[in-house]
Amino acid sequence: MEHKYTITADQLTKQFGDFIAVDHISFAVQQGEIFGFLGANGAGKTTAMRMLCGLSLPSSGKATVAGYDVFTQTEQIKQSIGYMSQKFSLYEDLTVTENMRFYGGIYGMRIAAIKDRAKEILAQLHLQGEKDTLVKSLPLGWKQKLAFSVAMFHRPGIVFLDEPTGGVDPITRREFWEMIYAAAAAGTTIFVTTHYMDEAEYCNRVSIMVDGQIAAMDTPAGLKKQFATDSMETVFLQLARKAVRTE
Amino acid sequence: MRTIRFILEKEFRQVFRDPAILRMMFIMPIIQLVILPLTANYEVKNVQLAIVDHDKSTYTRQLIQKAAATGYFIIPGSFEAYADAMELVEHDKADIILEIPAGFERSLVKEDQAQVFMAVNAINGAKANIGAAYLNQLIREFNQDIRLRWIQIPRSGMQPTIQTEQRFWFNMHMNYQQFMVPGILVILLTMVGAFLSALNIVKEKEVGTIEQINVTPIKKHHFILGKLIPFWLMGLIVLTLGLTIARLVYGIVPAGNIAVIYAFSAVYLLAVLGLGLLVSTFAQTQQQAMLISFFLMMVFILLGGLYTSIDSMPDWAQWLTKFNPVTYFIEVMRMVVLKGSRLQDILPQLGKVAVFAVVLNAWAIFSYRKRA
Repeated sequence: MEHKYTITADQLTKQFGDFIAVDHISFAVQQGEIFGFLGANGAGKTTAMRMLCGLSLPSSGKATVAGYDVFTQTEQIKQSIGYMSQKFSLYEDLTVTENMRFYGGIYGMRIAAIKDRAKEILAQLHLQGEKDTLVKSLPLGWKQKLAFSVAMFHRPGIVFLDEPTGGVDPITRREFWEMIYAAAAAGTTIFVTTHYMDEAEYCNRVSIMVDGQIAAMDTPAGLKKQFATDSMETVFLQLARKAVRTE
Repeated sequence: MRTIRFILEKEFRQVFRDPAILRMMFIMPIIQLVILPLTANYEVKNVQLAIVDHDKSTYTRQLIQKAAATGYFIIPGSFEAYADAMELVEHDKADIILEIPAGFERSLVKEDQAQVFMAVNAINGAKANIGAAYLNQLIREFNQDIRLRWIQIPRSGMQPTIQTEQRFWFNMHMNYQQFMVPGILVILLTMVGAFLSALNIVKEKEVGTIEQINVTPIKKHHFILGKLIPFWLMGLIVLTLGLTIARLVYGIVPAGNIAVIYAFSAVYLLAVLGLGLLVSTFAQTQQQAMLISFFLMMVFILLGGLYTSIDSMPDWAQWLTKFNPVTYFIEVMRMVVLKGSRLQDILPQLGKVAVFAVVLNAWAIFSYRKRA
């Protein structure tokens, strides 16, 4: 069976006291799609993503991830997704291999499968020589690529990336996006937030959040046409400037 | 269960890679057990005794000599005026002033009674109290000696004197180390357990790895157990280390079965670790966790009956000590080490600590949220 849409949100809302962080957003993401989730700092991107990952309980609305309900089936969702948070979150005091082994293990993978997968990923990242290096002594770019690979370790159908390329040099960012493309081509749905407009261009579809609401959602080409400009930057600035609230 | 294996593997790797934890585990117990018992002593020595002798007679000289000979008193000097001695007290250089009035010897011989005046510096309560008691006893003995010398041949009409012979059960020589070392070991185990576990989860929160854990399908109780077991084992290692030091350095060999100590410690550690885990679910930073743990430790230790006797606390405080796991462990340690109590003797304490363990851990699992 195939879900045409692997992520759906319908009037999804998160309220903290009087503050509405995410205000009735609705969208649907197709399988294998790279869905860019843009917005200024404080627009509500991370909160929305955390609700979809089962880290934050929505206040109202509906949403499903991989066909599971975000209110009641979070543990099933968690088994089906990968997640890379804004903050680097591999264990710095474990080696590359040990991190993979740990995450593979808690997703319930067999030892043999973990070993094969680790070998495959080390080869992809050209990290064979560093497999017994403590993660803390790797350069940032490698750490980020490794974090993505670990998020993909148990071969989830959907992966959520929260500003995965923050602070990374352009070459590594390029390589990072090649990895994302490869994953999407293999059928993985990518849900990614970013502040880089060139990265927005790489997405199949982009939604731009302003003040907790989705202000625009289309393909990059469609958005540029709609706003009569040739750069995503202009589109983003036009929308983001309308924001009332600040971080 | 497979999940727990992976968590344990990770936790043990991290523990053995963290020099701070290893230091805390091994050096702290050694230092605390080797140094603290030597200082934690109720016996008061070196009481500074300032003497104002207005009589300057043979008797007063004898009294002063007797005081100096006990070894408890240091006599900084004789003073002509009370005010001079008082100045010493004000500078905290004297603990007790003994003022002997003029005509002391004469009135003692002629009228069969004499008065001396004792002024005690109560800044250091314990020292003042015990020092004064020593001096009182000394004067009483001195008095006794004189009476014996004057009334050479016992006659009818002589006041009978009652002599008390004391015997201290279970700690025959009133050896403070026998009494303190088991208590300090308890404190040590409590601190190591509570601090390590509290700081550990909070560290994952601070670094951000907890978020990555929360987004996995890991079960809450697996995660908590994975944290609990390594620290539980480490606690038992610290206990072993402590008992070894107690034996090698102080020659303290538990009168009871050592297995009883381990059995009780095993349950006790679960309670303490549960407390640490609970703290860590509430604290957001290691600083907060540290402060909360410190506060709890202070209360637990001061109300635990290590330094002060619970029986002499006010009623409300005695009632509070019932909610203090440290109290029970100190009790049990002393019972087993000094008195040789057996498992059936400590069952009430064991039961109570088991309740603590269940409640605290259940609470910790309950209040640990994977989803905010």
